[in-house]
Amino acid sequence: MTASDKMIASDTTGRRWRFGAPPKNPTKLALTAIAVGVILAALSWLTLDNLYLALKALELDGTAATIILVILGIGALYPLRPACRSIARARSSRRALEQNDLVNARIDTAASRDAAWISISLSVALAIVLIVVEFFIANDLAVSRTFFLLPLMWETLPLILEAFITNIYIFLIAEVLVLVVGLIVAIARFTPGEAGRPIRALAVIYTDIFRGLPAIINIYLVGFGISLTGLPILKDCSQETFAIIALTLTNSAYVAEIYRAGIESIHWSQIAGARSLGLTYMQTMRFVIVPQAVRRIIPPMLNSFISLQKDTALVNIIGAMDAFNQAKIIASNHFNLSAVTTVAIIFVVITIPQARLVDRLVERRRLAGGM
Amino acid sequence: MALIEIRDIHKNFGGHTVFNGMSLEVEEHQVVCLIGPSGCGKSTLLRCINGLEPIDNGEIRIHGERMTGPGVDVNALRRDVGIVFQSFNLFPHMTVLDNVTLAPIQVLKVPRAEAEARAMELLKRIGLEQKATSYPDRLSGGQQQRVAIVRALVMDPMIMLLDEITSALDPELVSEVLAMVRDLAREGMTMLLATHEMGFAREVASKVCFLYGGKVHEEGPPDQIFGDPREERTRSFLRQIIDAGRL
Ligand SMILES: Nc1ncnc2c1ncn2[C@@H]1O[C@H](COP(=O)(O)OP(=O)(O)OP(=O)(O)O)[C@@H](O)[C@H]1O
Ligand SMILES: [Mg+2]
Repeated sequence: MTASDKMIASDTTGRRWRFGAPPKNPTKLALTAIAVGVILAALSWLTLDNLYLALKALELDGTAATIILVILGIGALYPLRPACRSIARARSSRRALEQNDLVNARIDTAASRDAAWISISLSVALAIVLIVVEFFIANDLAVSRTFFLLPLMWETLPLILEAFITNIYIFLIAEVLVLVVGLIVAIARFTPGEAGRPIRALAVIYTDIFRGLPAIINIYLVGFGISLTGLPILKDCSQETFAIIALTLTNSAYVAEIYRAGIESIHWSQIAGARSLGLTYMQTMRFVIVPQAVRRIIPPMLNSFISLQKDTALVNIIGAMDAFNQAKIIASNHFNLSAVTTVAIIFVVITIPQARLVDRLVERRRLAGGM
Repeated sequence: MALIEIRDIHKNFGGHTVFNGMSLEVEEHQVVCLIGPSGCGKSTLLRCINGLEPIDNGEIRIHGERMTGPGVDVNALRRDVGIVFQSFNLFPHMTVLDNVTLAPIQVLKVPRAEAEARAMELLKRIGLEQKATSYPDRLSGGQQQRVAIVRALVMDPMIMLLDEITSALDPELVSEVLAMVRDLAREGMTMLLATHEMGFAREVASKVCFLYGGKVHEEGPPDQIFGDPREERTRSFLRQIIDAGRL
């Protein structure tokens, strides 16, 4: 009696128990994984050869470089490991099936398919890495030279960092202002009663305008417009101050909406609880609703901060000397974009610790209880 | 003059009539229990008395003062009328002690040290002083509900409104909360409570009111309402309760 006979034996109605079927043969998938792995290994060696030539052109070849390249070449074989395991399990699955051992046949088939997919996904990842590497060494290292000319990056780093202080200055002050202005606008939107109607309307108009207005246009208008108006005090403000004003106007509109969503997410019974104790509307907001809302909106708030930090790069259109503007000057002096890459890296790097910090805050509060 | 006078109040929720000429009086030191089917307006009545819900018509007077309609300082009213809700709405972001002292400090402007001492004294009375620095979600339902009662009591209210304060609790936790209410009744606190605990209502109430059809359908001393109700509707409601094994 074969496995499939056994399966149908208990079947009396003509319907089939599908789960009793023998497992599909995984050999084809395993062989595919092997084939893909071999092709990728061959392509890797080709790329490594190109890389070797490029290094030679840069006079960076030598024993150390050769050793690294050889290690990478061996590493390129790594996807073949799970592929071989897949083949082996496929074989033992077939043996088990011959002995009518359905259970072990299934286990081996599952393991074989798993190993094959692990191998294939490793190969795919490797392929993407190869494409990126080829991109960088193509055309006689043109890409690397244009974006990552290390000596130039190193040489201009102090200049860039110094200019980046302007960005930090702008976003630190703007963030504090945005937190305050956004909250005021959000609370204005909740002003109760008939008397609150004009206030609510103002808040809505403000949000609608500044959420829709592109930040770059806002910065342009504020930065060039206000000094043209000749208004006392305001006209003498620095470029950085105009940038702070414009970014605060734009981002407060977003942050007000974040606050609003947070406030609305607090259950109405919390307002009832606070009001029933005799707290006024403002006290209820201040001690009960806003503190709970703030805890919930920390992640979206951080997102808007990161976006504000990135927006500081827009101030170069009004000529403020920020890191991006400095990098552009360096780039045009050297006909090379590496300094701009430095700025790009700095922008990315400063956001990462913030994201981790928020993860920590959220986790700690969860552990301590009390939301 | 009754301490709470409710005269002919009407209230609609978008076409749905909750009160249709409801009248009710509560004397000082009385404990009045509101009973009635779900949705008959027990919670709404308590919320109206506390000024959390406006009424459409009629008036509510407390200590002779009209407290509905224009020109009423609801914040002042609420200092004298404490309310505890069905779902204990403690503030989840504050410790037990902060929950209890928030209103005395912010509303009554009591110095923090004094407010905390008074809060600890009350917490000690209910055996929860060691939970003072915990957050509400680390307390059992019964403990949370007792903290909610303390939070209302610390304002030294003249009247307490209790809205089905045991309905969200497991049976074993009910008794500790009811014991606290019993103590309050013994101390002479005027209380109006909505409840489904008929046995308890029978024990502590000076008066029981059966709400039905937007009115007080029948009222009287507990022995009469539970022992010999006059109205047919009251009888059928109590029969259901007895069938459900709650009396
Ligand atoms: N904010 C509201 N908006 C619309 N309808 C409401 C509102 N609050 C209460 N109601 C309605 O008013 C009626 C009375 O509600 P209430 O909460 O006072 O009932 P209850 O007697 O306390 O019931 P339960 O015993 O279930 O707590 C119900 O029909 C309810 O649906
Ligand atoms: Mg209710």
